Amino acid sequence: MTSAGKRFTFLQRFLHWLIAICILAMLFIGVGMKSTVAPKYVPLLATHKTLGAIILVLALIRLAVRLRYGAPPLPADLPEPMKLGAHLSHLALYVLMIALPLLGLTMQWTGAYPIVLYGDIRLPSLLPQSDAMHTLLWDAHFYLAFAFFAVILLHVAAALFHALVRRDGVFESMAPTPSHDAPTAVTHAE
Amino acid sequence: MPEPSPSRPPIGSLAIIAIVVAAGAGAFAYTAGWLSPTRLTPTKIVDSLAPPGGPSLGHRRNHAKGICFTGVFESNGNGAELSSAQVFARGEYPALGRFNLATADANAPDSTVRVRGLGLQLSTPDGEVWRSAMIDPPFFSVSTPEGFYELQLAAHSKDPNAMKAFFAGHLEFAPFAEWAKTAPWTASYAEETYNSLNSFIFVSGSGAEHAVRWSLLPQAQVVPITQEDLAKLGPNHLAQEIAERVAKAPQRWTMVVTVADPGDPTADPSTAWPPGRRAVEVGALVVQRIEGERNGPCREINFDPTILPNGVHVSDDPFPAARSAAYARSYDLRTSELKYYPYHSEAAGGGER
Repeated sequence: MTSAGKRFTFLQRFLHWLIAICILAMLFIGVGMKSTVAPKYVPLLATHKTLGAIILVLALIRLAVRLRYGAPPLPADLPEPMKLGAHLSHLALYVLMIALPLLGLTMQWTGAYPIVLYGDIRLPSLLPQSDAMHTLLWDAHFYLAFAFFAVILLHVAAALFHALVRRDGVFESMAPTPSHDAPTAVTHAE
Repeated sequence: MPEPSPSRPPIGSLAIIAIVVAAGAGAFAYTAGWLSPTRLTPTKIVDSLAPPGGPSLGHRRNHAKGICFTGVFESNGNGAELSSAQVFARGEYPALGRFNLATADANAPDSTVRVRGLGLQLSTPDGEVWRSAMIDPPFFSVSTPEGFYELQLAAHSKDPNAMKAFFAGHLEFAPFAEWAKTAPWTASYAEETYNSLNSFIFVSGSGAEHAVRWSLLPQAQVVPITQEDLAKLGPNHLAQEIAERVAKAPQRWTMVVTVADPGDPTADPSTAWPPGRRAVEVGALVVQRIEGERNGPCREINFDPTILPNGVHVSDDPFPAARSAAYARSYDLRTSELKYYPYHSEAAGGGER
């Protein structure tokens, strides 16, 4: 057993689940608002922009925390292709959670849209309007959002595979449950 | 080292994983509308506007023909008691906008388009932006976005009874049809009244809310003309005329904010509010310069009516949200069609086609 009992820090687990909720809400709001002309379009769009700004800040904090604290090693007996898949998918998740808000922001700037968040917070525009840039950024925001959801589904499937089939402690390393691996707790349990 | 294998095949666990992934994907597909073919989407509305020959690529999907202007909004301060937006504090604020014709065909002759519009953007030093797109009928043609979509389908239908069926299902359309038939035409954008039609909520500094609509009333003298005589002036008369008129002197409109009484139909732009409502003159739009759309500042702007300053927000009128969703679709389409936009086919000037 190389990773059993080794977990992400509390801060990392907290950020993971907080960001997970935000990102799932974000993706559903995104496809939902683009499919409707109902009055809810206006608050959905405002929420999408605000949540995007929040995710960007949280994701950057999370990246810094990850670089500082690292991650528990994957089980030594995990086949190499699965290890590679795990590393690549985690890299993709980090890139996407930071890139998508930036693409959304710049797509709005290059579309000459004022960006107004909850609380009447207004972000100044740092890019001029440009048809070509708006189109490029819009396409990237659109297609990468679907890719993001696909990677998340893969991530969920892999997490459940670790939890239910392999039972190798990988799921527990990020599970939203309190730690029971402190030496004193173990002593008491035994 | 051999892998620890479960005592029995993990069929149950794999099934749970498959169910979770499928449920996630299914919920996503449902939210995206992929399982709801009857949902009214921005794409459907925008597509329904296309003329038989297809949309004017690179142009707005509606109000495709237009010309840019710049100028100022001279606020007289009277609106400040209704809304805390800085634009209603006494002062002069930059204005940018677009005179336009309500047609999906960027090359439609002026005399073939009954409805004219004005897109407007007012900016204030506090960084707030107010966009609005107004038209010249005194009330809208239909009472709901769904009705607007049905009108497009009926108008573009090959079924000779389609419009009749639409009339029967949309009694609110009759006054609009009557207006279209009988209202006088003019030969100038400067002689038109432009109405918000949609209602919005103004919020004062003390938090008091009022449902309002607004209008731009021309200070130019209105000279009626028949549709036939307008046709004789040429297919692009309006753009040439406004360019010449503004070159001689700035053109002015008085902005009037009409305040609803309790119980007035704020959610239905096809119904005018009864006469006698409180009307507040809040200032004047002064158009100082005309620029062809091609190289003018309005082409890059989406006159989305939900882009509002603090102190103004949407009401229970369902149209601004629907327009915002559809305008965004139109903007995303036309900005992706830059190569079709006729930048090079004509010298700059008043001859906007």
